Amino acid sequence: MNAQTKIEAGNDAPVRERLVVVGNGMAGCRAVEEILARDPDRFDITIFGAEPRVNYNRIMLSPVLAGEKSFDEIVINGPEWYSGNAITLITGDPVVSIDRRMRTLVARSGLVARYDRLILATGSDPFIIPVAGNDLPGVVTFRDLDDVDAMLAAAERGGANGEQGRAVVIGGGLLGLEAAHGLSLRGMQVTVVHLMPTLMERQLDEAAGYLLKTELERRGQTIVTGADTAEILGRDGPNGKHVAGVRLKDGREFMADIVVMAVGIRPAAGLARTTELEVERGILVDDHMVTSDPAIMAVGECVQHRGACYGLVAPLWDMCRALADHAVGKPSGYEGSVTSTKLKVSGIEVFSAGDFSGGDEVEDIVMRDASRGIYKRVIVKDDRVVGAVLYGDTADGSWYFDLLKKGEDISDIREALIFGQAFADANALGGGALADPNFAVAALSDEAEICGCNGVSKARVVACIDGGAHSLDAVRSNCKASASCGSCTNLVERLLALTLGEGAVERGAKSLCKCTSFTHDDVRRLILEKQLKAIPQVMQELHWTTPDGCASCRPALNYYLLCAWPGEYSDDQQSRFVNERLHANIQKDGTYSVVPRMWGGITNPRELRAIADVVEKYDAPMVKVTGGQRLDIFGIRKEDLPAVWADLNAAGMVSGHAYGKALRTVKTCVGSEWCRFGTQDSTGLGVRIERMTWGSWMPHKFKIAVSGCPRNCAEATIKDFGVVCVDSGYELHVGGNGGIKVRATDLLCKVETEEEALDHCAAFIQLYREQAWYLERTAPWIERVSIEYVKTALFDDPGAVAALAARFHHSQQFMQDDPWAKRAAGEEAELHQHLAEVRPLALEMAK
Amino acid sequence: MIGEWLDIGPVSQISPGNARTLPVQGGEEIAIFHTLAGAFYALVNKCPHKAGPLSQGIVHGNVVTCPLHSWNISLKTGEALGDDSGCVPTIPLRVDAGRIYLLREAVVGQQAA
Ligand code: SRM
Ligand SMILES: Cc1cc2nc3c(=O)[nH]c(=O)nc-3n(C[C@H](O)[C@H](O)[C@H](O)COP(=O)(O)OP(=O)(O)OC[C@H]3O[C@@H](n4cnc5c(N)ncnc54)[C@H](O)[C@@H]3O)c2cc1C
Ligand code: SF4
Ligand code: FES
Repeated sequence: MNAQTKIEAGNDAPVRERLVVVGNGMAGCRAVEEILARDPDRFDITIFGAEPRVNYNRIMLSPVLAGEKSFDEIVINGPEWYSGNAITLITGDPVVSIDRRMRTLVARSGLVARYDRLILATGSDPFIIPVAGNDLPGVVTFRDLDDVDAMLAAAERGGANGEQGRAVVIGGGLLGLEAAHGLSLRGMQVTVVHLMPTLMERQLDEAAGYLLKTELERRGQTIVTGADTAEILGRDGPNGKHVAGVRLKDGREFMADIVVMAVGIRPAAGLARTTELEVERGILVDDHMVTSDPAIMAVGECVQHRGACYGLVAPLWDMCRALADHAVGKPSGYEGSVTSTKLKVSGIEVFSAGDFSGGDEVEDIVMRDASRGIYKRVIVKDDRVVGAVLYGDTADGSWYFDLLKKGEDISDIREALIFGQAFADANALGGGALADPNFAVAALSDEAEICGCNGVSKARVVACIDGGAHSLDAVRSNCKASASCGSCTNLVERLLALTLGEGAVERGAKSLCKCTSFTHDDVRRLILEKQLKAIPQVMQELHWTTPDGCASCRPALNYYLLCAWPGEYSDDQQSRFVNERLHANIQKDGTYSVVPRMWGGITNPRELRAIADVVEKYDAPMVKVTGGQRLDIFGIRKEDLPAVWADLNAAGMVSGHAYGKALRTVKTCVGSEWCRFGTQDSTGLGVRIERMTWGSWMPHKFKIAVSGCPRNCAEATIKDFGVVCVDSGYELHVGGNGGIKVRATDLLCKVETEEEALDHCAAFIQLYREQAWYLERTAPWIERVSIEYVKTALFDDPGAVAALAARFHHSQQFMQDDPWAKRAAGEEAELHQHLAEVRPLALEMAK
Repeated sequence: MIGEWLDIGPVSQISPGNARTLPVQGGEEIAIFHTLAGAFYALVNKCPHKAGPLSQGIVHGNVVTCPLHSWNISLKTGEALGDDSGCVPTIPLRVDAGRIYLLREAVVGQQAA
C-alpha cells in the first residue's frame, strides 16, 4: 500500500473527488485540459501513462521521423503543466486491472490508486497481421516515439556491408505512406506492400490512388499493390535472429533490414474488457462519453460511439468537450463527427472527406489538369456536397469540408464549385454570372492562352470560329487549338457556344462515351503519342469527367491499351464483361457453355472422347454442333469450369474463345484432299490460319473461313476474313458478316501462295486491331473507312503488309497462352468458388 | 455481436470490382460485391428481370450491370435503375477490422419467410 500513500501524499484537499485518467495520450490530456478550463479545483487528478514520457502530439511523429521536427517541438504538455496543475503523472507504468466495486486500479509496478471517477483514454493498438515471423526483432509498428526511434536506428545502421538500408512497409494507408516517406528521407530504400489494388483506398478513389502511386514511384519508392503478405522472413545475425524480408503469397520476396507494419489499428479496449465494461469493437459510450459504469468515462480512439470508432484527432476534441461538460455537471452531449483526411508527405497534396463511393444517386463533378498533376472530384447529392477527393491541389479542401459538414445548398454555385472557393465567391459578387456556365470563358482576355500545346490565344480561336469553323473538329484542323493533348477541349467548346450560340455548334464525331469528349480515334492516337499505359493514366491525361469511367469506356480502354502495348500492359479483368472474365458464355439460367477449339473444324477420337466424358461427368444437359464447326457443351456451373477445362486440356484442347471479342472460328471445307472440285488444301490452310491467329484480342469478334473452290461451302464471303481457293492461288476477301445485317465481303486481292495468304491475313487483322473502334466489326468498319482505304493502307507502301504482319506476330507472342490452362491450374480460383456456404438455421443451432 | 452478425471472412477474399457468392441451403444465394471505391454490399444473387446472376456483372460506381440483359441494379438499394423497374432484396453488411459480416437474420431468416 506504499504506492497509494505516495499518491495521496500529494493531495492537500481530501474533499476533492479523485479523478484518475488511464492513458497519457492526446485524448486523455485534452480531457483533463477541458475539465481544468471549466473547474480547476473540482478534481484531484492522477494520470497513468504506459509511455515513459510526457504528453505529445502523436500525429507529429511523422514529421519527427522525416526529420522535419524534433521531439521537443511536438510536446503538448511539458512537466510544468502537470506540476502547475497539481496533476500526479505516473509514466511508464500501464494500468493492468480495475476493481469497479472497490473503485481501485492497479498498475504493472504494483501501484494501486483509488478513484471516484475514471477516464479511460487508452487509444488504439496497431494491428499485427497473423503471419509467421511477425514477432521477429526488426518488425516494428508506427504508434509511438519508441517506434520512431527504432526506425531511426535502423536507418542509421543501414544495410549489411555498408549498403543502403532496406525497409519494407506493410500497408499503403495513411500511416504506412508517412512511415515510408520518412524512412526514404532518412536514406532507406523503401518498398511498400499493400493488400488492395490502390493506395489509401479508404480515403482515395482509384484515380487519386493511381496518381499518388505514380508520384511515390517517381520519388524512388517501390509500391507493390494487390500484395498479400504470407510470411516475414528472418535470418541469424550476430545478436540472434533478426528480420530479413517479407514474402508474399504469390511467392515474391522483398529483402528488408526493418519491416514496418502499418495495416490498421484497433481500439485498445482490453483493459475495459477484463473489467467487464460493455465493449464491442471499442468501449461503448453514450453521448456524454460515459461507459456502462456511470463512474467510468472513456474518450478517444478506444471508444465506440453510436457505432463508430475513429482514427483521427478531430473527433477527439469534440468528445473531450462533451466529457468535460458532463464531468462538471453541465452535460452537453456529443453527436458524432464527420472526418477529413490529409496525407502528411511533403510535396504531395492529398485530401479526402465524406463519402466518395459514388453511385447512381449522386453526381460526380470531376476536374483534371494533367499538366499540373491535379485531380479534383466533388460528390454532390441533392444539391449538397457529400464528399470530396483532391489530389495535387488541396487548397479548397477545408472549404468543401465545411460545405459538407454544414450541409449547405450549393445549387447557386454548382457551376463554379469545382474551381474552388475564390472563384465561387467572385462569381457570387459578380451577381451570379455563373448561372451561365460560359462565364469563366467569357471573362478571359483576348490574349489568354487557350491551347498550351500549340500556343493559340482566345482571340485566334474566336477568329477561327468567326471564319467558319463551326465544330470542334473544324477548329482543331484550322488553328490547331485542342488538336494535341486536348486538355483545352472544354474551353474550345465553350468558346464555340459563346461565339455561335449553343444551338449553332456543329457536333462532330461522337465521343467514345459520356465520360469524355474525345472520340475513339483521338483516344487511340493519344494513347500512343503520350505513351499512356494504364487506364487511370488515360483518364487523368485525357481529362475524363468521371472518376473511374463506365461500362462502355473501361472495356474499350482495356482493349486499346492491350493492343497498343503488347507484353507491357497487363489486362484489367474488372474492365471485361463476364464472358471474357470467366472464359465461357453465360446462359439464361446463369450456367455456362464451354466451346473448345477444334482447329479448322477437324476433330479426332481422343477429343470426341474427352468431350463425351465431360458431358457425362458434369451432367451437361446438351452438346450441340455450332454454326462454327465445333461442339458446344451446355449447362456447366461456374464452380465446375476449371475442372472441365482441366479435362479438356488433358486431351490437348484449348479455349475456343466463343465468348470473346477475339478470333472465334476458322471454318473450312474439305478441299483438295477429298473433294472432287477442290483446288487447294483449304482444310490445311484453315488450320494454319487458326494456329496463327487464335488467342488474339480484337475490337469485336472475328471469324475466318477457307473454301476450297468458288462453290464456297465454308461461306468465306460472309466472314471477316475469307479465303476462296482457285486454281491459280487464293482470293482474299474481307469485311463480310452473316449476322444481323448480312454483308458480303469485298475482294481485297489475290495471292499465289499459302505464305502470302497467311501474311495478308495477319496484316489485315492487325490493321483492323489498330484502327477500328471497340465493338465495331470489320463490316461496319470497312463501310466507314471504305475498302479503298484498306487497300491503300496495305498496298501503297510495299513494306506495309510485312510491317503489319510483324506487329501482329509480336503481339501474338503474348496472347497465345490458353486462358483455360491457367484457370485449371488454380489462377483466379476465387472467381469460380463460393465464399462459403450457409447452412440452415436448424443445422446451425444443432451445433 | 457474434450472435447477430455472421462472419463471412476477410475482405481480401473479394478484390475490388468483383463479387463472390454465398449459397444458403434452403434459401437464396447471396452475392457480395466489392466496388472499385472500396465499399461492400450484399444482395440476393438474382436479377429482378429474369433472375440473372448479378454476381457475374460489371461493377461500376455503386451499380452492377446484369450479365444477361444489362439492367443496371443499385447495390445500395437493390432497385433497377433507369427505365427498368424491379427490386432485389439487400442484406445488411458490415465491415469490421478487415472482416465482412452479414446480418444473420437476413441471411438465415430467408427460408423462414
Ligand atoms: C453457339 C452458336 C450458335 C450455334 O449453336 O450454332 C452461337 C451462339 C451465340 N451467338 Fe452467334 N453463335 C454461333 C454462330 C454464329 C454465326 C455463324 C458463324 O459463325 O458462322 C453467326 C453469323 C456469322 C457472323 O457472325 O457474321 C452468328 C452471329 C451472331 C451475332 C450477330 C453478329 C453480327 O455481327 O451481326 C451475335 C450478336 C453479337 O455478337 O453481338 C451472336 C451472338 C451469339 C451469342 C454469343 C449470344 C449471346 O450473347 O449470348 C450466343 C452464345 C451462345 C453460347 O453460349 O454459346 N451471334 N453466330 C454459334 C457458335 C459458333 C462457334 O463455334 O463459336
Ligand atoms: C504516426 C501517426 C500519425 C498520425 N497522423 C494523424 C493525422 O495527420 N491526423 C489525425 O487526425 N490523426 C493522426 N493520427 C491519429 C492520432 O494520433 C490519434 O487519433 C490520436 O492520437 C488518438 O488519441 P488517443 O488519446 O485516443 O490515443 P493515444 O494518443 O494513442 O493515447 C493513448 C495513450 O494511452 C496509453 N495507454 C494505453 N493503454 C494504457 C494503460 N493500460 N495504462 C496506461 N496508459 C495506457 C498509450 O500508451 C498512449 O500513450 C496519427 C497517428 C500516428 C500514430
Ligand atoms: S441466333 Fe439468337 S438465339 Fe440463336 S444462338 Fe444466336 S443469339 Fe442465341
Ligand atoms: S436477367 Fe438481369 S437484365 Fe435480364
